Amino acid sequence: MTNEEPVPLHGKAVFDADLYGGAEGGNGYTASIAMEEEDEQDDRERLVAGKLASYTAPKSVLNDIPVSDDGDQAGSFGGSNRIVDRESEYSRRRLNRIISPDRNDAFNMGDQTPDARVRTYADVMREAQLAREQDNTLRNIELKRRAEEDAAALAALDAVPTKASGLAPPVAASAATAPASSAGKRSRWDAGDAAARPAASKWDAVEATPSAPADAWGATPAPGASKWDAGEATPGAGARRNRWDATPADEAAGGKRSRWDATPAALYHALKVERETEARNRPLSDADLDALLPGAGDGYRVLEAPPGYEPIRTPARKLAATPTPYGGTPLYGIPEEDRGQAFDVPIALEGLPDLKPEDQQYFGKLLQEVDDGELSVEEAKERRIMKLLLKVKNGTPPQRKSALRALTDKARDFGAGALFNQILPLLMSPTLEDQERHLLVKVIDRVLFKLDDLVRPFVHKILVVIEPLLIDEDYYARVEGREIIANLAKAAGLASMIAAMRPDIDNVDEYVRNTTARAFSVVASALGIPTLLPFLKAVCQSKKSWQARHTGIKIVQQISILMGCAVLPHLRALVDIVKGGLADENQKVKTITALTVSALAEAAAPYGIESFDDVLEPLWKGIRLLRGKVLAAYLKAIGFIIPLMDAMYANYYTREVMVVLLREFATPDEEMKKIVLRVVKQCVATEGVEPDYIRTEVLPEFFKHFWVRRMALDRRNYRVLVETTVAIAERVGCAEIVGRVVEDLKDESEPYRKMVMETVDKVIASLGTADIGAALEEQLFDGVLYAFQEQVADESPVVLNGFGTVVNALGTRAKPYLPQIAGVIKWRLNNKSAKIRQQAADLIARCAPVMKRCDQEGLLAHLGVVLYENLGEEYPDVLGSVLGALKAIVNVIGMTRMTPPIKDLLPRLTPILKNRHEKVQENCIDLVGRIADRGAEFVPAREWMRICFELLDMLRAFKKAIRRAAVNTFGYIAKAIGPQDVLVTLLNNLKVQERQSRVCTTVAIAIVAETCAPFTVLPALMNEYRVPELNVQNGVLKSLSFLFEYIGEMGKDYIYAVTPLLEDALTDRDLVHRQTAAFVIQHMSLGVTGLGCEDALLHLLNLVWPNVFETSPHIVQAVTGAIDGCRCALGPATILNFLLQGLFHPARKVREVYWRHYNNLYIGSQDALTAFYPRMEDEGINTYARAELDVFI
Amino acid sequence: MAQTLQDRLNINSQLEHLQSKYVGTGHADTTRFEWNLNIKRDTYASLVGHHSLATYHAIAENESIGRVKYNFVQNMLFPCGLPPERDDD
Repeated sequence: MTNEEPVPLHGKAVFDADLYGGAEGGNGYTASIAMEEEDEQDDRERLVAGKLASYTAPKSVLNDIPVSDDGDQAGSFGGSNRIVDRESEYSRRRLNRIISPDRNDAFNMGDQTPDARVRTYADVMREAQLAREQDNTLRNIELKRRAEEDAAALAALDAVPTKASGLAPPVAASAATAPASSAGKRSRWDAGDAAARPAASKWDAVEATPSAPADAWGATPAPGASKWDAGEATPGAGARRNRWDATPADEAAGGKRSRWDATPAALYHALKVERETEARNRPLSDADLDALLPGAGDGYRVLEAPPGYEPIRTPARKLAATPTPYGGTPLYGIPEEDRGQAFDVPIALEGLPDLKPEDQQYFGKLLQEVDDGELSVEEAKERRIMKLLLKVKNGTPPQRKSALRALTDKARDFGAGALFNQILPLLMSPTLEDQERHLLVKVIDRVLFKLDDLVRPFVHKILVVIEPLLIDEDYYARVEGREIIANLAKAAGLASMIAAMRPDIDNVDEYVRNTTARAFSVVASALGIPTLLPFLKAVCQSKKSWQARHTGIKIVQQISILMGCAVLPHLRALVDIVKGGLADENQKVKTITALTVSALAEAAAPYGIESFDDVLEPLWKGIRLLRGKVLAAYLKAIGFIIPLMDAMYANYYTREVMVVLLREFATPDEEMKKIVLRVVKQCVATEGVEPDYIRTEVLPEFFKHFWVRRMALDRRNYRVLVETTVAIAERVGCAEIVGRVVEDLKDESEPYRKMVMETVDKVIASLGTADIGAALEEQLFDGVLYAFQEQVADESPVVLNGFGTVVNALGTRAKPYLPQIAGVIKWRLNNKSAKIRQQAADLIARCAPVMKRCDQEGLLAHLGVVLYENLGEEYPDVLGSVLGALKAIVNVIGMTRMTPPIKDLLPRLTPILKNRHEKVQENCIDLVGRIADRGAEFVPAREWMRICFELLDMLRAFKKAIRRAAVNTFGYIAKAIGPQDVLVTLLNNLKVQERQSRVCTTVAIAIVAETCAPFTVLPALMNEYRVPELNVQNGVLKSLSFLFEYIGEMGKDYIYAVTPLLEDALTDRDLVHRQTAAFVIQHMSLGVTGLGCEDALLHLLNLVWPNVFETSPHIVQAVTGAIDGCRCALGPATILNFLLQGLFHPARKVREVYWRHYNNLYIGSQDALTAFYPRMEDEGINTYARAELDVFI
Repeated sequence: MAQTLQDRLNINSQLEHLQSKYVGTGHADTTRFEWNLNIKRDTYASLVGHHSLATYHAIAENESIGRVKYNFVQNMLFPCGLPPERDDD
C-alpha cells in the first residue's frame, strides 16, 4: 500500500500501511502494532524443524555434500540466498531510495559559509518540502480528476437513465485517452523538426527522466497534461524517486551541484541512461526519414504540412507523450560490452577471489590491465579499496580477515569519501546475498570506529543503506543494523544525526518515515533519551505536516519498544510529547498516538500510572466516540494502562471499558477481535476486577462470540484466545472454564478440538484439578480420551501434552480410568499407522508416574512387556518413543521389579545401539546408562563389555547429548565391572584415526579414572605412553589433562607419579606433545594450589618455560595457561623472577613475549607484586628507589 | 610490530587487547621510566590500601595514619620526578 493512493471511500477495504504494515499486505498487524509478536516463532515451524533435525542421512552422503567453510549451508541446496528474493514488497522499497550526495558538515566549519557546491541542510530540507508539495499537488489533481470523472459519469447517467450504467464509464475513459494519444502522435512528429532546436532536445533528455511514481506511467495520462505542468513547477523532485533518476533530478533541483557529486554507481547509471536516451530519442533527420520510408521512386510523395499547422514546442506538452521505455527493465542493466573480455571463461584475477557476473558492474575496473605507475594517487587508492572489498565480499575466510583488517587499519588514510563511495553502492546492489551484506556491514562497522567524526558528511548515505536492516525479517540483521546506527550516532554526534534524518521525517514515502523512526529510536538508545527529548517535542508539534507529527510520535513508540523499562525515568516527558496527538485532526496521527501510549504503558508496567493522567481523559472520550481502526488503537492503549492502576480504579475503569468491549465482541473485523481479546486479558488480570463480575457479565458473551470453530483456524487468533481464556480462568477458577469448554473436546473439527485441549492443558497446569467435581472429571476424561483417539496423523504434541497434564493433575483420582487408558494404548501400539504407535508410546512415558502413584504396578509391568515385544519396531521415530516409554517405566518401578527383567532387556538393547537414528540413539543410550547406573549387577560383565564396544561408535555421534551420555555410561560401566576391561577397550581406541573419537575416548578415560579413583587407571595409562605412536601418546597426555581437571585437589597425590612422563613430553620434539603437557600442568597446578607441591611444579615450570617463544597459537595458549596456573600455585614472585630476565632484552622478539606474560602476571597479582620488584637505583633527576620499603621499626 | 599474520589474528591478539585495557601493563617499548612509574604507584597504592601497612608506616614516621596515607597519595602524582627528555629517533 503506497502512500500516494488515496483511501477509497467505498469498495474494497484498504489497510493503512502505518497501522497494518505494508509488509504483510494488510493481513495482519506487523511490528508497529503487535510489538511483542515481532520475534515470535511459528509453533508449527518449530515443530517441523525439530522433527526434521532428527532425520539424518548416511554419513557417506553427508560427507559428499560440499559445505562452505562458514557452515552456511543454505546455499548448497539450491535455494537462493539473495536478499531480494525473500523480501516482501514493502522491504523492497528500499531499492527506491537513492544514496544522496555528501552533505556539508556544518559542525566542522566554524563561521564559514558553506561552499555553494555542497549540499547543506537547507538544500535537503527544501527538496523534501518540494517533494511533499508535489505529492500533495498530484494527489489533489488525482482527486479532482476522479471527482470530474464521477461527475461526468453521473451526468451521463442523468442523460440516459437506463442501460447507461454499463456504457458511460468506457465512453468517459476513451474520451480521456483520446487527447492523450493524439498528443502522443503529435510529439512523435515534432521530433522531425526538433533537429533544428538542439537546445530543446537537450532539455528533453534531462527532463524525460521519470520524476513521478513509476506506476503513473501505467495510468492513462490526464488530459491537458496538467500533471506535467505541476512537475515543471517543482522541477525534478520526484514523488518516489527511483534510483535511475538520481543525478538528473538533483541537477534540476539544485542547479549548482554538478552531477559529479553523485556516487559512482548513480553516476554510472545516469550516464548510461543519458546515452541510451540520446541514442534512441535522437531526432530523425530528413536523410534518415528518406532512408526509412519509401520515396518518390516507389510512387509516394512527401506532403507539405497543412497551412495552419504549428508544431507545439513547449517541452511540457511533449512530456505528456507516452514515454519510450528507456534503460530497460528496472533492476536490470545490460552489461557493457567489453571487447577485451574472454567469454565463457571464469574471470580470475591474480590473488583475488572470483568475480561473479553481477560484480562486474562494481569491480569491472579491476579487470582492466593498468600500469600502476600511470595511476594517480586517487585512482590507485580506489583500486586498492576495490580489491580489498572484493576480497571481503567473495574471498575465503583468511583473505577476508586480512582484507578487513587492512581496510580498518588504513581507514583514515583512504578517507571516508573513497571508502563509502564504494561500499554503499555495493550494499544497494539488488543481487546482494545475506552473507555478503553481513560482511559489508561489518566493514562499515569497523571503518566507522576508525573514521570517527570524518563520517559526518556521509551519515545520511549510510543511513539509507543501513535503515532497511532495521525492518529485516532476520533477527540478526536487525541487531546488526541497530549496532551500526548506534555506532554511527556515537561517531557523528546527535546534531549530525538529527541534521541528516530530519528531512526524512516528513518524507512522502511511508517506508522512509517508518525506517527513519526506527533509526531514531536506536539513536535515542545510543545517546540517551534526554538528549533527544527537545527535538522530539518540536517534531511532534510540527504544524507543517501531519507526516512529521506522525513520525515523531512513532519514534517515541519505537523507543519504548526498543528500550523497555528504561523509558521509566522519562515516562512523563514522553507522554507529554505525544499526548497532543490524541487531539490531532488526522486519523493516522490519532491511531499512532494511541498505539504509542499503549507501547509506553506496556514498557512501564507495572509502574508509572501517574504519568498517564493526562491521556486518560482523551482516551476515555475517544473510546465512546470513535469507531474502526482508531477505536481499536484506543482500546489497546486503555487495555495497557489499566494494569498500571491500583485496584479500585482498575475495577472502575474495567467496568466502564467493558461496555465497549462487549459491544465489539461481535465485530467481524479480525484485528479488532485480537485487540479486544488482548484488552480483556489485560483487564481481567488486574487486581480490582471481581470474579463474580466476570462470571456474570463477561463470560456468556465471551464464549458466545469467541469460542467458535472459526477462531481456531487463524494461528494468531488461536493463540490470543487461548491466552485470554487462561487469564480469565485464573480469576474465575478452573472448573468454570473447563466446564464450559469440555463438551467441545468432542467437537468434530480437529483444529478446534486442539484449541480446547490446549486451553484445558494450560488451565489445569496452572490451577490444578482441585475444584473439578466428579461429574466434570468424568466428562473431562471422556473428552480427553476422545480427542486423543480421534486425532489423525498430526505432528503437534498439543493433544498428547494435554492428556499428560490432565492425567498427572488428577493424580490418584485417575485410577479408575487407567485400565481404560492402558487398553487404548495397547490397542494403538499395534495400529498399522506409525504415527499412532508413536503417540501411544509417548503417552506411556507421560502416564507412567501416575500409574505408579495409583499403585498400578501390575499395569506398568504389563505395558513394559508389551513395549519389550515392540522393540523390533522398524520406524526409528516409533522405536525412539518405545525406548523412551521403557525408560519412563524403568524409572518409576525400579530395576528389581521391572518386567521384563533387566537381564533380558539389556541384551535386546545392545543391537539397537547400532541404530544410526539420533532419536533412537539418544533414548537407547539414556536407558542403557540408567541401567548401568542403577542395575548393573543384573547383567553379566560380558554383556557390558559388548556394550562398551558399541558405545565407542557412539562417540562419533553428531549430537553432543549422545556423546556426553556415552561418555558418562563408560563411567557407570567401569564402576560396575571394574575399570580394567573398560580401560583396555578405551586405550585401544586411542589408536583410531578419527580425531573426534579419540577426543571422546580421552574424556571417557578421564571419567573412568574419576569414578574409579585415579590409581586404578594411571598405571595402565602411563604404560600406554610407551607406545611409540604419536596419536596414542597425545591421547594419553590429553586424558591426563582431563583427569587432572576433574580430580582437582586429589591430584596432589599423583603429581610425583606423572612428573617423569611430563618431563619426557615437555622435552619432545613434537609440538603437540609439549602443548598438551602444558595443558596438563595448567590443570594440575590449579588443582594443587596451596597443597605444598611447589618443588615438582617448579621443576615442571622450568621445562615449560622455553616454550614461551613458540608461535603457534595453540601452544601459546597452552603455555600462557600453564604459567598462569603456576602463578597461582607458586606465587607471583617466582614468575616475576623468570620474567625479569627478558623485559628489557635487546631483542624485540624476546621483549614482546616477556611483556605479554608480564602483563598477565601483573593483571593477576598486581598488589602482591609490589613486594617483589627489584631494588632500583635512582637515575639523574628521576627517583626510582622505593625508600618506603626500607622502613622498619 | 614484527608479528606474523597468523598470530595477529588469533585469540592471543585478543588477550593483548584485553591486557592493554588495564593501566600499568606494558609492551615491548615500555621505557625504564614508565615501568618504574607504575611500580612506584602500585607500591603507594598498596601501602594506602592495606591499612596495616599504613599503620606500620605511621608508627615508624611518627605521623597520623591519615597524614601518612595522604602523603602516599600525593606521592603518586610524580613518584619518579619529571619524565626524562625523549630523544626523538
